[in-house]
Amino acid sequence: MTSSSPAAPRGRERRKRDSRVGDKIFMNAARGSGILLLVIMAAIAGFLTWRSGIALSKNEGNFLTTFEWTPDAPKPVFGIAVLAFGTIVSALIAMAIAVPVAIGIALFISHYAPRKIAQPFAYLVDLLAAVPSVVYGLWGALFLVPHLDGLTSWLNDYLGWTYIFDQSRAGTTPRNLFTVGILLAIMILPIITAVSREVFRQVPRMHEEAALALGATRWEMIRTAVLPFGRPGIISASMLGLGRALGETIAVAIVLSSNNVLSLHLLDPGGGTFAQNIALKFNEAQPFGRDALMASGLVLFVITLLVNGAARLIVARRKEYSGANA
Amino acid sequence: MKLQRNGRSKALAIGAMALVSSLSLAACGSDNNNDTKASGGSSGGSSAAAINCGKSGTLLASGSTAQGNAMDVWKTNFGAACSGSTINYGGGGSGTGVQQFNQGKVQFAGSDSALKPAEVEDSKKVCTGGQGIDLPMVGGLISLIYNIEGVDNLVLDGPTAAKIFDSQITKWNDPAIVALNPGAKLPDADIQAFHRSDDSGTTENLTKYFAKTSGGAWSYPAAKAWAGKGGQSAKESAGVSAQVKQVKNSISYAELSYAQTNNLKSAAINTGAAKPIEATAVNAANTFAKAKVAGTGSDLALTLDYATKDEGSYPLVLVTYEIVCDKGNKADTLDTVKAFLTYAASDAGQKAIGDTGYVPLPKELTDKVNAIIPTLA
Amino acid sequence: MSTATTSVPADTRLVNRPLTANRLPKWAPAAVAGGSIALGCAIGAIGGLASHLQWGLISAALFVVISYVLSAQVEGRRQAKDRLATSVVWVAFILAVVPLAALTFYTVQQGASVVDGNFLTHSMKGIRTSGPGGGIYHALIGTLEQVGLATAMAAPIGLLTAVYLVEYGRGTLAKVVTFFVDVMTGVPSIVAGLFILSLWNLVLGFNYSGFSGSLALAILMMPVVVRSTEEMLKLVPNELREASYALGVPKWKTILRIVIPTAIGGITTGVMLSVARITGETAPVMMLVFGADYINTNPFDGPQQSLPMYIWQQYSMVNNDFGYARAWGAALVLIAFVMGLNLIARGIARWRSPKGGH
Repeated sequence: MTSSSPAAPRGRERRKRDSRVGDKIFMNAARGSGILLLVIMAAIAGFLTWRSGIALSKNEGNFLTTFEWTPDAPKPVFGIAVLAFGTIVSALIAMAIAVPVAIGIALFISHYAPRKIAQPFAYLVDLLAAVPSVVYGLWGALFLVPHLDGLTSWLNDYLGWTYIFDQSRAGTTPRNLFTVGILLAIMILPIITAVSREVFRQVPRMHEEAALALGATRWEMIRTAVLPFGRPGIISASMLGLGRALGETIAVAIVLSSNNVLSLHLLDPGGGTFAQNIALKFNEAQPFGRDALMASGLVLFVITLLVNGAARLIVARRKEYSGANA
Repeated sequence: MKLQRNGRSKALAIGAMALVSSLSLAACGSDNNNDTKASGGSSGGSSAAAINCGKSGTLLASGSTAQGNAMDVWKTNFGAACSGSTINYGGGGSGTGVQQFNQGKVQFAGSDSALKPAEVEDSKKVCTGGQGIDLPMVGGLISLIYNIEGVDNLVLDGPTAAKIFDSQITKWNDPAIVALNPGAKLPDADIQAFHRSDDSGTTENLTKYFAKTSGGAWSYPAAKAWAGKGGQSAKESAGVSAQVKQVKNSISYAELSYAQTNNLKSAAINTGAAKPIEATAVNAANTFAKAKVAGTGSDLALTLDYATKDEGSYPLVLVTYEIVCDKGNKADTLDTVKAFLTYAASDAGQKAIGDTGYVPLPKELTDKVNAIIPTLA
Repeated sequence: MSTATTSVPADTRLVNRPLTANRLPKWAPAAVAGGSIALGCAIGAIGGLASHLQWGLISAALFVVISYVLSAQVEGRRQAKDRLATSVVWVAFILAVVPLAALTFYTVQQGASVVDGNFLTHSMKGIRTSGPGGGIYHALIGTLEQVGLATAMAAPIGLLTAVYLVEYGRGTLAKVVTFFVDVMTGVPSIVAGLFILSLWNLVLGFNYSGFSGSLALAILMMPVVVRSTEEMLKLVPNELREASYALGVPKWKTILRIVIPTAIGGITTGVMLSVARITGETAPVMMLVFGADYINTNPFDGPQQSLPMYIWQQYSMVNNDFGYARAWGAALVLIAFVMGLNLIARGIARWRSPKGGH
């Protein structure tokens, strides 16, 4: 501790004055950067709202129910129906696949795997969380899509009666919302796994041992001691994953064959997502078209915000279990 | 505390190491690709002497992907001859090009369609004292590229093609297609039609053609954004070409050079002439020879006759323009712009792109362009 | 937690059971796994299913079902359920390993043949995109500079904000800042890009440059840095601060000399993880840096390239086999770079993590 105490003592007064000036400068710098952050955020929110307001006031279609996106036409018409549908459906598919599997892997790492496998595998999962989305997109387009051909036609043949898995044209490449969902699932899997694993690791050893001592099998121990304890953590992990799935841009833009049709046939190419639409359209957009894109960006922003907010609320209630810092 | 000090200095050391390694990386890079096996300027070597480099500088341009391959050739050749100058063509689509030109972000834009009156108005803000003008530079033809096993000479006509792209015809053995292709073994398979997901001048030219020749089968206005029903989409000319290459029983539309670089088959078009017109540069040149200049003053926007029924005239052509200011170009890049455009419009430049699937423009037209380039200011 | 433990049934059957019940031999799961894989492949081959993915899925389903039935017969229902859970967890593990391993393997396989000295040290200048050759040097430089600039902007602001929140933050302002940091983590990257594009490049009229890209990246990075730094500063025991005050050290010196050095490991980790994250960002960068095929070492003037954008362009604008090859090469380099950062960060975290959390 001595090495970091102040330099050789000078006059008492002077030291006090120094410290007061230093304190003031430092505190103001700290507070200033906090305020700067606020300003930036307010600027983003204000700017988006302002431009969206302009866009919405001139929209000749209904922003919520219109399918087309032609803001730069002489009669500007644009709506987010297709985008909202695509964004939510692909994110839900991703969640439906990723959450159970991620919990499985997290349990595998924390409770099932031999230690020798668990540790390196945990590292691997963490590293995969950092793979950039453009690489996932590239892999999705060049590897996943060709390999899902068989699966989609099989789904079409045997589950076509469900309407959802009915392909209106046979032999179409699976550049559809379903594939996007699978790709997003793979992308968010490492994130959900990493966070849930942290939570499962923090289950008090006593609870687990108590359950085992009462004669519970390993599964009963997990069901009664681990899962109830980890539930808030799992939920907030899933929300983090959901947030990323909703905002994913490039991977979706690479894989999806987009159009402005809202269809429940998930295996048909088509649909779109907020982020993908912005990525494809911003270049071509004229000033008004850009405002329209900002309006859609604002909607995405609000949705992500709600999801993140929900996650934070849950985490805040059980703060000690959160492993989420990235 | 000692340990912590140590920790900090180690962290600093790691940071310093990262910095040093990136700096050392910075020292060993090179723009010079001529010594590699892939020197691209094979066709440029001979024409290098013809290029007048002007002042060296860096040009920013963006726009039409239909002329992307042409730009690729030109900037390679120009760069090889003029080591001080760099052309940066960002692609992105005609709409992007016009947008960025009117924002003053690029020195010239490539576009598949001439500036609209509103866009000309906008351009006056960027071109002080002047306005944006269209200089036809790259002649091309939109080929209907397809991938059907066992069919090598597909013939289509305006109405049929329009119906295929609008999902009114969904099978390759549809009577309408069979009637145009007697003797061809058309499969009983669903048609996989691909269109552009981004706004595109190629789409606009195609839909203009449909509007003129489909006899009402195409009920949408001609536009850069795709309006047709059904089908799949992909980004940019390269994207749809790649999809057609991968997907069986597919059809799409792209500039001929993309068909050539990807080894794709192009459909011939039955225009009402005695024989179906093959998608070749010669046939397209015949159409260009009859094109009329619609622009006024320095503007050389062309009117193309999509409904042509002349022998040997391929109707589905597009001309892509370079859009520059007639007056009020940025002073420091003006010279380089002129040098580059002069090369592009020269015989050597037109011949160089003719080798990769474009259509060299007729001499009368390039003469007009060459007369205008020196007057740019 | 008490509710959880009481729900273990104190079943009467449990009492009546002999202590040693029938158990499947230790090799049983492996045997079942082998059997179901063989069966799955057989069904796939006979059924003529083209995709090996389906073979795998059938085998997995068979494995789960067979081990459940077998165990239910021999060991009883509770043990069978346990087996079921175990096999489901193993299947989940394998389900996840397959795509993740495929991704890693495929990238390395495709990229390794492309990446060589020439690829790393040359730009794309003078290369016809329809042909082979070229490199990523310009993109590498661009990414390093853009990320470096973003870090230089975001890290100090983020760090100071975190210091403010932890050391000074009382009252409304701190609450508002905390809230907005949360809000800011939710900004989708494409929206951040759109914001900078509209404000910086179009309203204020600045040209496309590496710097405008790094502005968007900084926006994305700031909240992450604040969050992780905040967590780390909170872990510094209060005793350290009090001891320092007791020695008459002013607060700012305490923070600079005691608190931050104590947490520096965790802070560095957080910063590096966020650097790794923004390095892979494509959407905002592609809107703002324009892209170039030549080397531009000045991020403040003129277009630059960046690695993620290079991959995107090689895929979407070039889209032929040579483009794919270059894209894979760049992807491999990008992954290696990001993972390297991650590994370093984790190394630091492990070796310098402040003790005293849980």
